[in-house]
Amino acid sequence: MVERKKKTNNEIIRLKNVAKWYKAGDEIVKAVDGVDIVINKGDFVAIVGPSGSGKSTAMNLVGALDIATKGDIFLDNINIEKLHESDLAQIRGRKIGFVFQTFNLIPTLTALENVTLPMIFQRVPYEERVARAKELLTKVGLDHRLTHLPNMLSGGERQRVAVARALANDPEVILADEPTGNLDTKRGEEVAQMFNKLSDEGKTIILVTHDMYVAKHADRIYKLKDGKIENKSGRK
Amino acid sequence: MLKDFFVLGLNNLKRRKLRSWLTMIGIFIGIAAVVSLMSLGQGLQDYITDEFEKLGSDKIIIQPKGMGPPGSAGGSLILTSKDLKVIENVRGVEWAVGFLIKQGQARVGDESGIGFASGLTPEDRRSLNEIQGWGIIDGRDLKKGDKFKVVVGYNHIYGDIWDKPVRIGSNIEIEGYDFKIVGVMGKIGNPIDDGLLHVDKDILKEVLGVEDEESQIMVKTSPSFDTEEVAETIERKLRKSRGEKEKQETFNVQTSEQLLNTFQNIFAVVQGVLVGIAAISLLVGGIGIMNTMYTSVVERTKEIGTMKAIGAKNSHVLMLFLIESGLLGLVGGLIGVGIGIGLAKGAEYIAGIYIGTPLLQASMSPVIIIGALIFSFVIGTLSGVLPALQASRLKPVDALRYE
Ligand SMILES: Nc1ncnc2c1ncn2[C@@H]1O[C@H](COP(=O)(O)OP(=O)(O)OP(=O)(O)O)[C@@H](O)[C@H]1O
Ligand SMILES: [Mg+2]
Repeated sequence: MVERKKKTNNEIIRLKNVAKWYKAGDEIVKAVDGVDIVINKGDFVAIVGPSGSGKSTAMNLVGALDIATKGDIFLDNINIEKLHESDLAQIRGRKIGFVFQTFNLIPTLTALENVTLPMIFQRVPYEERVARAKELLTKVGLDHRLTHLPNMLSGGERQRVAVARALANDPEVILADEPTGNLDTKRGEEVAQMFNKLSDEGKTIILVTHDMYVAKHADRIYKLKDGKIENKSGRK
Repeated sequence: MLKDFFVLGLNNLKRRKLRSWLTMIGIFIGIAAVVSLMSLGQGLQDYITDEFEKLGSDKIIIQPKGMGPPGSAGGSLILTSKDLKVIENVRGVEWAVGFLIKQGQARVGDESGIGFASGLTPEDRRSLNEIQGWGIIDGRDLKKGDKFKVVVGYNHIYGDIWDKPVRIGSNIEIEGYDFKIVGVMGKIGNPIDDGLLHVDKDILKEVLGVEDEESQIMVKTSPSFDTEEVAETIERKLRKSRGEKEKQETFNVQTSEQLLNTFQNIFAVVQGVLVGIAAISLLVGGIGIMNTMYTSVVERTKEIGTMKAIGAKNSHVLMLFLIESGLLGLVGGLIGVGIGIGLAKGAEYIAGIYIGTPLLQASMSPVIIIGALIFSFVIGTLSGVLPALQASRLKPVDALRYE
């Protein structure tokens, strides 16, 4: 067994009374409704809950993809609710790596190009980003699939490319919204193992999942119901 | 970074090959039309300007009214030797030459055809040779008293006017009279001049039964005189001698410069109309690009969301789509320029082969080509502005959730 790194106590993400309400016709949908969470550097956190409980909504708020209706979200002590879109883009590009349920690879780009894309937006020079992308694809076991287009890859392989892409700019936080949702149990377990490994390397990971087997990999599990945290359970 | 965006844009165009091609058709038809029309127009203009330069700016041309090829004016609208006399006596006229150019039937052996015959006196011919660059390349020129001798245009001997070989010493029948070929003119470059039969003026009148007529009179002004003033005097004197009222003249006096201007004005209008029509097709092409880009933005909504999630700023997305639509325009333009050059060269070739005219010369100036490419890129980019703005303003979550 690999020795788990000693958790430092400095926080990286803090949600303070965060809410996200949607107006659907006359009704107001409180997708997220008063959530307080603190996540420290290197934490591996899972969020579970029934469909429609607000998991993706909360994740998108943390990932600076969306603006909260109420409350503050601090990332590295910066209140991202107060930032402009171009600064948010910068944060998404540098500090966060996203992994989606549907892989979301760019279909016209090869595996290698997909992994280099986040680095293009950060103006990483060509040689450097290609070298880095190759390194990452090797790490996820796809060094023999560099020039494959997404539609020539299996689901498990696609998700591994997506993980490599999420790591491109060496972000502190990895956000994964049901990364195993479109994979069979075996492939799902492989991907979950990868998150384990990343956690061991010190990445902060937030993982949304339906699957309790996958959630078990995390240090801590938050259960969400109707936009509120129902309970929190530690692993150790 | 910009280079990477170009690569990404090209990638996307290749991905939807058929649609990209269909979109580009709109642009390349327009560009091909503009390029071929402009290069042929430029060639024609170059040619005409060149001809007028050879003619020199000190010439005045007097023609019966009713524009048309020399010799086509009929009825009372003719110039006569009396008019020529009047003109010769105007102060400032160095020399005046009356041309007689008439259509007639020519025959060699059992072949026959309609051609133009020109009658000039030997002195007139000498005056003209010096300005038109007309010269004998084989045999000799006509001499005074050369009855039934003919100097033929270049194409009679070296061109395809006659199937049978025709050479110096052969006979050509003009309107039933046998003429002996004594000389050949050098190549002038247009089929009318190169097909002319030059005979003595008096003989031509006799053969064709023409009483007293000058198809056209050309004047050279003396060095110390102003060409335009001399032209005005000629007009006044001719009006008086022919008993005509101002503005109702049956003749036309123009300096070579005025003639060139007239040509260029007519020409600019014709070309403007043609290029304008072609420009409308470019507008339609631009709308095609806009349509394609809107479709593309909708189809790639999720992709746009993904790019924003991995760090693309609004400006990056804007740029990506602008470059993509610019490339649609540019690639369409490249193909259009290629086709345009092909069309122009084809027109030049066909005109050269079947009509033998050098008037249609495709002039491929870099200005036209580079201008067309820049223009097509700009059209593409402009057409992409609205779709690209729409793409860049998508909210990341909404784009990602889009199904
Ligand atoms: N743009 C929106 N407009 C209106 N309602 C929305 C919008 N986005 C989400 N919702 C609602 O918010 C609630 C939470 O949605 P969310 O996607 O966060 O659920 P989830 O927990 O991720 O569910 P799942 O497990 O099915 O992915 C749902 O009831 C959903 O209908
Ligand atoms: Mg969800």
